[in-house]
Amino acid sequence: MAMRIVADTARLLGASRLVPVASAHIDGCLYHGDSGTLFAERLVNDGGRASVPTTLNVGALDLVHAGRVRLPPERMAMARRMMDAYLKLGCRPTWTCAPYQAGHRPALGQHVAWGESNAVVFCNSVLGARTERYGDFLDICAAISGRAPETGLHLDDNRRPSLLVDCAVLDRRLVEEEAFWPVLGAWLGENAGGRVVAFAGLPSKIDEDRLKAMGAAAASTGSVGLFHIEGVTPETFERPREVLKLSGTMLHAARDRLSTVRAKPGDKVDAIAVGSPHFSFAEFQRLLGHLDGRKPAIPIYVCTGRHTLAEIERAGLDTSALTIVADTCIVVTPILPASGGLLMTNSGKFAHYTRPNTGFEVLYGSLADCAETAVAGRLVREESLWR
Amino acid sequence: MAMNLLLPGTAEAAALKLPTLSLWGGVDPFSGRLTNPALPHCGESVKGKVLMIAEPVGSSSSSAVLLELLQAGNAPAAIVLGRADAIVALGILVAREMGWATIPLAVMPPNEQAKVADGATIRVE
Repeated sequence: MAMRIVADTARLLGASRLVPVASAHIDGCLYHGDSGTLFAERLVNDGGRASVPTTLNVGALDLVHAGRVRLPPERMAMARRMMDAYLKLGCRPTWTCAPYQAGHRPALGQHVAWGESNAVVFCNSVLGARTERYGDFLDICAAISGRAPETGLHLDDNRRPSLLVDCAVLDRRLVEEEAFWPVLGAWLGENAGGRVVAFAGLPSKIDEDRLKAMGAAAASTGSVGLFHIEGVTPETFERPREVLKLSGTMLHAARDRLSTVRAKPGDKVDAIAVGSPHFSFAEFQRLLGHLDGRKPAIPIYVCTGRHTLAEIERAGLDTSALTIVADTCIVVTPILPASGGLLMTNSGKFAHYTRPNTGFEVLYGSLADCAETAVAGRLVREESLWR
Repeated sequence: MAMNLLLPGTAEAAALKLPTLSLWGGVDPFSGRLTNPALPHCGESVKGKVLMIAEPVGSSSSSAVLLELLQAGNAPAAIVLGRADAIVALGILVAREMGWATIPLAVMPPNEQAKVADGATIRVE
């Protein structure tokens, strides 16, 4: 069945061949209803087993912190059955949307089959490995068959940028801000329209967590699977002839769209959520640095993976001020209070999915804004660079 | 009408038009209701409609949402996309493999979709 689904998809996409893949990352292990569990169990019963190293994206349960997820018992049981089925298929229990920070880093030019839109864009752009944006189910079928349709971003032609976005005129202080990157990503997602974009005029060294945040935002507001940054991302490319000069005004509008409501400094905020994609150890250090030992007045939900929990434990980091969510996250399963409220985040992806998936209204801010707002329980946001 | 059928089937129903949609984060998999307040038709069900999406976007979990809609009988009668999207197609392919009901999937460029009035009866075949 796995090979048939890969072959049918290939035909549908007009791919004339299948390409062997070196690894897979599975998004299909998240429970969206019983159908996905039944599909995974069918693969297990058919004797399916991943034939290449395969990591797992988030599930619907936090297996580390009992009681964190508020799913009804029947759904909880089906979600657990689904997670168990994927383990029986030989996948690693990584349960993270940032597998690339959990040791799964394919090499430049290597063909892989990855699901989860942020992981796909990171894999293609930052690592320079090659994966198409696979939907749930094709990912595990590719892992079992060891093949993927040779199409889309597997092919040289489709990886060449057709638009150069020149960032040289942007305020340098803004570009240095951590909060700039998800906004740049959100703008890209809204404007790329299926094209591969290359950026010029950005710093020659960009922290990996910033690229991760940018890609996640781009893959949420649009269907971006690959971007290039001159002098930063590993794949070489010819400068496209079409050039767009990105202005501060264009970005300010994209930033405004990441908040679902207008709020004034001092307005009551109910919760903070960070960690989409899953927080890295370095991000924990930065957040705790901003808090500087102060106690938050409202919950700070931090979503992360087991690989980072292990690092935190090794380093003896005190995270008692934080509500840690592992193996899953706040927009894929009920964790936030059902009563709703106002949530602040530094994640472009959370900003995009929180309202439809949780009912909470969203304010976008930097990580420092999130920490200050958490301590005050009221909106504190530094906006001078965005005006 | 300039429509290219990606996955077979026939349907005739009212068009439910959206400029963009990620099925995941945009449709409740358990009820089939549209959930994104930023988009038109929020709160309405996609069940039995010809769901027309000019620019399909977003999450790779959209195939799982569609599979759940198909298994539970809450799926649209057909889906028409502005461009081919394997993520949406997979939900239908897997439903077929599992022996569940499937629906036709077609591609119609956004400029052609613009000629169809929202709510008008449209035939997909």
